[in-house]
Amino acid sequence: MRVVAAMSGGVDSAVAAALAIDAGHEVTGVHMALSRTPGTLRTGSRGCCTIEDAMDARRVCDRLGIPYYVWDFSEEFAETVVADFLAEYEAGRTPNPCLRCNEKIKFAALLDRAVALGFDAVATGHHVRMVDGVLHRSLDAAKDQSYVLAVLTEDQLSHSLFPLAGMTKEQVRREAAARGFAVAAKPDSYDICFIPDGDTRGYLAERLGDRPGPLVDATTGAVLGEHRGTHGYTIGQRKGLGLSRPAPDGRPRFVLGIEPVSGTVTVGPVTGLDVHEVTAERVVFPSGRPSDFPLRCTVQLRAHGGTVAGTADLRPGPQRTEQLRVALDQPVRGVAPGQTAVVYDPGDDFVIAAGTVVSTVVGTVVGTGVNTAAAAEVATGTGTPR
Amino acid sequence: MTYLDHAATTPVLPAVIEAVAAASATTGNASSLHASGRAARRRLEEARESIAADLGARPSEVVFTSGGTESDNLALTGILRARRQADPRRRRVLVPAIEHHAVLDTAEHLAARDGVELGWLEVDDYGRVHADTLAAAINEAPDEVALVSVMWANNEVGTVNPVRELAGVAHARGIPLHTDAVQAVGQLPVDFAAVGVDALSVSGHKLGATTGVGALLVTRQTPVEPLLYGGGQERGIRSGTLDVPAAVGLAVAVHDAVQQRAERAAALAALRDELVSGIRALLPDVELTGDPGQSIIDGGPSRLPGSAHLRFPGCEGDALLMLLDARGIECSTGSACTAGVPRPSHVLLAMGMDERTARGALRFSFGHTSSPGDVRAVLDVIAPVVERARAAALAGSRRR
Repeated sequence: MRVVAAMSGGVDSAVAAALAIDAGHEVTGVHMALSRTPGTLRTGSRGCCTIEDAMDARRVCDRLGIPYYVWDFSEEFAETVVADFLAEYEAGRTPNPCLRCNEKIKFAALLDRAVALGFDAVATGHHVRMVDGVLHRSLDAAKDQSYVLAVLTEDQLSHSLFPLAGMTKEQVRREAAARGFAVAAKPDSYDICFIPDGDTRGYLAERLGDRPGPLVDATTGAVLGEHRGTHGYTIGQRKGLGLSRPAPDGRPRFVLGIEPVSGTVTVGPVTGLDVHEVTAERVVFPSGRPSDFPLRCTVQLRAHGGTVAGTADLRPGPQRTEQLRVALDQPVRGVAPGQTAVVYDPGDDFVIAAGTVVSTVVGTVVGTGVNTAAAAEVATGTGTPR
Repeated sequence: MTYLDHAATTPVLPAVIEAVAAASATTGNASSLHASGRAARRRLEEARESIAADLGARPSEVVFTSGGTESDNLALTGILRARRQADPRRRRVLVPAIEHHAVLDTAEHLAARDGVELGWLEVDDYGRVHADTLAAAINEAPDEVALVSVMWANNEVGTVNPVRELAGVAHARGIPLHTDAVQAVGQLPVDFAAVGVDALSVSGHKLGATTGVGALLVTRQTPVEPLLYGGGQERGIRSGTLDVPAAVGLAVAVHDAVQQRAERAAALAALRDELVSGIRALLPDVELTGDPGQSIIDGGPSRLPGSAHLRFPGCEGDALLMLLDARGIECSTGSACTAGVPRPSHVLLAMGMDERTARGALRFSFGHTSSPGDVRAVLDVIAPVVERARAAALAGSRRR
């Protein structure tokens, strides 16, 4: 096949490209320029989006003896991923821009362009296994990326190659070293690529500005103080609430809900974070639509989170769409609307469905797009906000 | 392989390789006083005299540099600083926006850091600066203009500027004019004295010399502050031990370029016209950018003979480039890039083209190794390549 290898400049995509060549494909390396103002060499490399990463990708292609190009998707990236990221926070939700990028850029803009230019598929360095058209978890559980690819359609996946398949990260690094790639020891990227300093709160504050609103106690309804904008809060957040008075019971308080219209941030005890059920929209079946709903499953609710068993069912959503509702066997602490729910088989090995969480059931109280979830780590992997 | 990117760089001439190799095999710092030093100095000065003779300059007007970029930087920064030192009112630099980045970025740096005021000279649809435009810009504040810089021929679209006329306009007000002649030498008759400019940039590797050598021709009357300080070589304008082999190679290349110019220019123009008419016969909506080259300016054609800059409506230039590259044809989108990110060309935007049209541009440039086979190679594949690129651009716009 004629294959575009998406080269981020990292070790995974480098080895993926090499393996695609070994498999007999005719491979062209493409680095996606996503940022409008790529950093200078001095800002150093973070795994994607800087000039240094583009150069790393180029050098790998040199060694592989394949053509290398930079394709500019900065406009699409700004219009979809970045604008969506801001809009989601503005609406009190917690988005994952990496999923959005996979869905709208890597396996959409890049794939479409590649196919239109005569290529058959796009190869990436994601750690997943495709088995008979079904998206499976990587054998390296710690590096598994099936969660961030679960939003892809069958059609998108049918034009995708994941040459790393069953390799562990350690094997990938050894392979890269054996092939003499300079990126063999390059650190993994964790940050959001368009927030180079990792300061998500600062990035949001700068762009969304001051939008003061009340901090309200969930149990008493009392106004406890004022905040500078709901975008400074994530469901499940404990630190930096700026509360002078302790709770009457002396227990720590957490962000339980964010209501974007009035700008209300609700805080309360940790028990208010326990989610028993999630409802998701924009439902995708990356491995084909199963017929046997309701079904037993495991569900993953954040990129680096664990899974929990449950029962998934489909029901009609607004405007003739479908909703995916998952009842969780045990409560999950902190799930924010905007996060992606990915449903796996009961053995937790392959993806059945994915959707964007729109509401959750906490304890006995129903949240409606204004509720719950834990920490920035949920969506961004940047740790607890300060 | 079909190499049609001679405006980017052109193959080094065999005679240059031979001359550089021979000179590299000898020892001697051209500033040393002993026999080896004298021998190196002799080779250097002979190279200088040869270049001066070929380009209508005096030997003392030839300053060796590391190439076109340094020559441009030296001319703009050096002349501006010297002129402003002499009269602090002189804080304006006049340039058109179609200049190479070596001029543009230098001018913008001077504006940002040295308090220089930039006057942008308007260009017409071909990318040409007219004498009355320059006169009007100077007349806004004649005493404040330190320098005018207008390229002889544009590297992207090939349009030639009326440099002699522009120099006359500047001189009428006592203002020096620098011209970036990097693309002009070898393709157009370049005579430093006859054209009357005060400084002129030359690059070696566009002529078949090695990369990393060039010259700034600058009259003795033009004050230039150095960028590099040290041993005081090159009249103190450009310190640094002279690269004698490279200078020797540059002299060989300039001589070849000037000797062969008339004949080569005619051959290049014929190949170019064959390519343009061939492509337009297959794809009637393709258009040539810049001056068509039918007029005469300063004794030469009004367009670089080796330059074919074409607009392919509905295509993205970088898609065309990739598809042609995969078929062994090498050309350019003509736009500058950092980390290879394609951007619409600043030249085309300055000519009034919209971004979308500018993105569909491709430059084929012919040089001393070009042949009719190169034209045939392009014509054999261009139609399906364009069809493919159009489909890709359509797919992209549908999705969005």
